Amino acid sequence: MNVQAPALQDPRLNRPEPFTPRDGGFFQRDRTIHPPAYAPGYKSSVLRSPRQSLLSIENSVSEITGPVFGHNDLGPLDNDLIRNYAKDGDPVGERIVVHGRVLDETGRGVPNTLVEFWQANAGGRYRHKKDTYLAPIDPNFGGCGRALTDDTGYYYFRTVKPGPYPWRNFVNSWRPAHIHFSVFGSGFAQRLITQMYFEGDPLIPICPILTTIPDKDALDRLVAPLDLNAATPFDSLAYRFDIVLRGQRSTYFENRPEGN
Amino acid sequence: MPQPLNYLKETASQTAGPYVHIGLIPAMAGFDIFEKNFSNVLVTPNTKGDRIVLEGKVLDGSGSPLRDVLLEIWQANAAGCYNHPADRSAGARDQDFRGWGRGGSDFESGLVTFETIKPGAIVDGAGRKCAPHVNVWIVARGINIGLNTRLYFSDEEAANTADPVLTLVEPPVRRKTLIATRSERAGKTVYSFTINLQGPDETVFFDV
Repeated sequence: MNVQAPALQDPRLNRPEPFTPRDGGFFQRDRTIHPPAYAPGYKSSVLRSPRQSLLSIENSVSEITGPVFGHNDLGPLDNDLIRNYAKDGDPVGERIVVHGRVLDETGRGVPNTLVEFWQANAGGRYRHKKDTYLAPIDPNFGGCGRALTDDTGYYYFRTVKPGPYPWRNFVNSWRPAHIHFSVFGSGFAQRLITQMYFEGDPLIPICPILTTIPDKDALDRLVAPLDLNAATPFDSLAYRFDIVLRGQRSTYFENRPEGN
Repeated sequence: MPQPLNYLKETASQTAGPYVHIGLIPAMAGFDIFEKNFSNVLVTPNTKGDRIVLEGKVLDGSGSPLRDVLLEIWQANAAGCYNHPADRSAGARDQDFRGWGRGGSDFESGLVTFETIKPGAIVDGAGRKCAPHVNVWIVARGINIGLNTRLYFSDEEAANTADPVLTLVEPPVRRKTLIATRSERAGKTVYSFTINLQGPDETVFFDV
């Protein structure tokens, strides 16, 4: 009897592409370092937190791609909060530079990515129609800006140090001084909003929003140290804030400015 | 001890807060600062594809609309191609369509709208055809880490039934939470959606 033996070779081995372990997806997000959706000490989260499990899906092209921004999207004063809303002088407050790198979890800089930031003024008041805190609006301070990282992931901007302010959570809850950050990365699954705090602020360990973060090291990484080496003598102090986005298994576009 | 891996850790998320508009859509905060602004209008006159309006609300656990929420959407163009170098599909790029927009909810009604085009079907990394969809990212006061969900289209029933992500949703009754409903209004094609953060009709959110 002449029976043909079944093919032992895995047909997938006939595919023309060489083996590559890098498929362009992002590292799985470690949710133990992020605040949980439901964190009752931060009361606003109670009605706004999903209760079902998140559905985990492998990254497809919908997640590994994301919007690409360029210098055409920005104006020349966008990273200078001291000047970008000045009407008849500089805003009141401690002049500071905030600078750092946007990295991914592999340690690579994330180039040409959009970083946006917003904050209260030196008195702790936001220029926002819904903010009614009694501290005055500063006529020379808008409180927002943006920058693109350079090809090493570096960004910087100039501003005044924001003030702490009270908010309705407990009757005597105060936010530590902070700057909000929005960062894109190269894929929509890296999208992140966070807040930067200032070294030495005594409000940090008692803030109901900051303490939603369950991991002490993760909380500490949101605190920017004073960076005297980056200060401008007789002008501005400086704080250093590095931001880490999810790592990516990809070498597709290492020579292209818009990738990785 | 084995060698250390030395990966960095992702920066922890923090809520966007009630004043997210200042940084991301300052006109809604009540002032004009940037020469160029991002918006909820994704199309230019030259964009290819069928014009649609996406319109909806995000509801909290009491059924009340969030009036301080910000949504971003990211989608393929009419040919099913994302405007990004990692999209290696054969679909044609459209230089007049970035595919991304952001919108804040109305401070009274909570309504969020986008003017965009209907995306084409896309092919995922495993070569599977995916139903047309829009990726949505939601931030607001009280939301500690941005929520990822998707919007599919009610008039794509056959494609939706075969979609590799929609078919993962269990129990199947929850799949409807991801489908925007088509209607025609004043000559425009409108897809309406409701995103429920909690409750019996809680929207499916993804860990992407």
